[in-house]
Amino acid sequence: MAHAYTPGVTVTARTKLVRERRLPLAGTVLAKVGDQVKAEQVVARTELPGNVQTVNVANILSVLPEDVGSTLTKPVGSPLNEGEVFAMSKGFFGLFTSKCKSPINGTLESISNITGQAILREPPIPVEVHAYVDGKVIEAMEREGVKVETECSFLQGIFGIGGETWGEIKLQVGKSDEPLDVNSLDAGCAGKILVGGSRVDNAFLEKAASLGVRGVVVGGIDDKDLRQFLGYDLGVAITGSEEKGISLIITEGFGGMRMAEKTFSLLRSLEGRKASMSGVTQIRAGVMRPEVIVSMDGRTGPSAGKGSIFSSSGLEVGSAIRVIREPHFGRLGRVADLPPELRMLETEAKVRVLEVEFEDGTKAVMPRANVEMIEG
Amino acid sequence: MSIPSPDGVNTILATDCGSTTTKAIFIERKGDEYRLIVRGEAPTTVEAPFEDVTKGVLNAVREVEELAGRKILDDETIMTPARNGEGVDLYVSTSSAGGGLQMMVFGVVKTMTAESAQRAALGAGAIVMDVIASNDGRLPYQKIKRIRQLRPDMILLSGGIDGGTTAHVAELAELLSAADPKARLGAGYLLPVIYAGNKDARDIVRERLESKTALVITDNLRPVLERENLGPARMQIHDLFMEHVMAHAPGYKKLMEWTLVPIMPTPAAVGRIIETIAREESMQVIGVDIGGATTDVFSVFQGVFNRTVSANLGMSYSISNVLAETGIENIMRWVPFHVEDKDLRNRIKNKMIRPTTIPQSLDELMIEQGIAREALRLAFEQHKSLAVGLKGVQQERTISDTFDQTASGETLVSLRELNMLVGSGGVLSHAPRRVQAALMLIDAFLPECITHLAVDSIFMMPQLGVLSTVHPKAATEVFKKDCLIHLGTCIAPVGTGKENAECVKVRLEREKGGSEEVSVGFGHMKVLALGVAESGRVVINPSKNFDVGAGHGKTFETKVEGGVVGLIIDCRGRRPFQLPSSAEERVRKLNEWNTALNMYPERK
Repeated sequence: MAHAYTPGVTVTARTKLVRERRLPLAGTVLAKVGDQVKAEQVVARTELPGNVQTVNVANILSVLPEDVGSTLTKPVGSPLNEGEVFAMSKGFFGLFTSKCKSPINGTLESISNITGQAILREPPIPVEVHAYVDGKVIEAMEREGVKVETECSFLQGIFGIGGETWGEIKLQVGKSDEPLDVNSLDAGCAGKILVGGSRVDNAFLEKAASLGVRGVVVGGIDDKDLRQFLGYDLGVAITGSEEKGISLIITEGFGGMRMAEKTFSLLRSLEGRKASMSGVTQIRAGVMRPEVIVSMDGRTGPSAGKGSIFSSSGLEVGSAIRVIREPHFGRLGRVADLPPELRMLETEAKVRVLEVEFEDGTKAVMPRANVEMIEG
Repeated sequence: MSIPSPDGVNTILATDCGSTTTKAIFIERKGDEYRLIVRGEAPTTVEAPFEDVTKGVLNAVREVEELAGRKILDDETIMTPARNGEGVDLYVSTSSAGGGLQMMVFGVVKTMTAESAQRAALGAGAIVMDVIASNDGRLPYQKIKRIRQLRPDMILLSGGIDGGTTAHVAELAELLSAADPKARLGAGYLLPVIYAGNKDARDIVRERLESKTALVITDNLRPVLERENLGPARMQIHDLFMEHVMAHAPGYKKLMEWTLVPIMPTPAAVGRIIETIAREESMQVIGVDIGGATTDVFSVFQGVFNRTVSANLGMSYSISNVLAETGIENIMRWVPFHVEDKDLRNRIKNKMIRPTTIPQSLDELMIEQGIAREALRLAFEQHKSLAVGLKGVQQERTISDTFDQTASGETLVSLRELNMLVGSGGVLSHAPRRVQAALMLIDAFLPECITHLAVDSIFMMPQLGVLSTVHPKAATEVFKKDCLIHLGTCIAPVGTGKENAECVKVRLEREKGGSEEVSVGFGHMKVLALGVAESGRVVINPSKNFDVGAGHGKTFETKVEGGVVGLIIDCRGRRPFQLPSSAEERVRKLNEWNTALNMYPERK
């Protein structure tokens, strides 16, 4: 069997992380090695070439494509304002002339003597890359970006939506199995990253977004609520570009799911601190999970948990695990036994299994593929 | 190193570098025939922290070495040719690592040159990310935005018949030039663009694209309306795949030095073996490979090969997209017990975010197999709409054609003519009972009349496909003897009737002796035993509303092959096939069919 275990998401009180901040095209890097940067600080900037519009000059002026050049009233390369005439037919003694107007603010990039089209380009689109986390620049990539290192508390979720954001952590529930209640929202939540327990629904997300809440971190969500919130059925788990004005991270899965106690208590210990969060998820080869990063910023944080994300080993007896498929989905426990031989399941499939001892002392046997390690 | 002559090849190693797993097979000549000896696998190592595909290949080969008890590697490389009982005579490989080959195609008319370009790209093993056509209804700026948004590995630009107008091709080239697309891998090199359109527009295309892209010009893929010429464009796609895409993927330069024949995109290799078998056996064949992210369908009808890929229909990464495309009701209709809508949705999404989990309970297995039916059905619908005759061709008609409603552009796929349906991919190949794979195939494809069913035992069609390019004998022998698991034959009368009314009488005379006769009512299924490598003659008497190949109510007699399931008589109706609309009745019928086929173990 290729994989002995499914690597789980990381939840660690203290670790060192590096985040690469790269421009999509070459541009200007605004920070240098050794700089202390803040999450909201712009560290690199560039301009993407503007969008293109085509105008069929030959059709509009009723001339042959090869004659389009002679109709131009502005040379190729000229800046144009929306509505400005850039080509005109000669007409009859100056009468009955037709005109071509620019549909955009931009420049006249080129004309074609075969299709009779003019290509107009909109102004460049400025793109800025923020530091995303509070930390120190450890590498500057010429014209491309920087790498920022931070000592931090670090939590990964299993799924998220929305892009990068930052704000102060605020606990919105008292216990890890408590669902988020829309009535608990008020103006004081604006700009915050709210932490919930077992579940969030569409009503909560809609109101939170309207109040200016930056993000929500919670155990689970029903798919029907996610669909309502997004306005469509999510087909493939490649997210991050949703423009809902709020980022969401779920830590356990779909449905009502108590947030793992370790995750909840770490978030509780970080209440009031500034966090960077990203809902970007990509579940394909090269998996990306959503994350919350709370930089230490010279302060002492919670003490480090056992191990770190860089030294994860395989499953062994005693490893902390989470069940990730029915019938025990969402339950937490420890590996009690790892029998080497294949066992037959109720489905009659023969697979490698393990025995789990749950937190309440009960035990169950399940496929190794259906558990993930709780790392960090 | 030159390719050895087929006679001089006694040992063969073939690998397939998939996006998650690298699979290796070892084939050896035993007497006069080639047989699969062992198979090994290891995680693919294209991504960090390894970033070298050959590491995964070496790990998979090491497993082969251990299982076969033969030394194949020498100092981290594959020993070719074999000497003193070590190494192999031939090493070949396919690859879909890193997401496979992703392309955009361009054509002038959506249903003509653009569709031909799409077929050329799909047949070469690509995932087609988008089809841009002059008349696709999008405004120029929308097309440009789309080109800039997607980052394909290469672009195929076609358009116009030879000698036709050049203006539309120029327009497409201008769009492409304005968008200034960037390649997916590596910012430092130009995006490969293949031009395979009107030859009179070559200079125009050159002028617009030569400085901005790595432009290659080849023969027009639609030189005249009545004929497609996809071969040269496909060859160019394969060459550029090697030169640009593979050469930039981590470790592939080394892997390319090891193999004696070019590395093929995995789906192109699967298509190749299906095409070879269809040709050799003079059969009409459909093959399907349902993976975690994509489902590929291949068909050969009337000697024409077609392949489609449904890029977002799969059983793990794309499982949620199956739900999004088909709707919850269509999935629920295959589940033989009551399940809440909300619960089913959450289960599907949870599989999406944790794609490597497997069904532990019978309920979970049944749900997963229900989703698979819909993924297969949707992928097949897409295939039928692309595997069509050429559109835009005027047909000469005689008076005898007046009542024949075939038109240009009609699908080539005929379920009546289909001889063999081959399934592959985890949910089919690893179904705990083979009959489950058989019924998933039947429910999704709805074969008509007489159809033989098979599954790929361990998914080695890619390796055999690339092997068939240099050693067809070894590839076809292993395919027939070791790759295919014959499930049996499905008899499905076409027509509809009243529940329980007689549909067919089937008399089976087994070649090894013994006969059996059954009568099956409408709405029912039955299985007759006819084992692997067994055959028999069937005499089928349909009642007057049903047709099994000879016409309504007409007796049909033919030879049938057995398999691990046997002879499946499916009298649930065709054209239309309908499940009961009431949930209670539907669950009752599904359970009745499951019992008739002995689909699942009894619940404890």
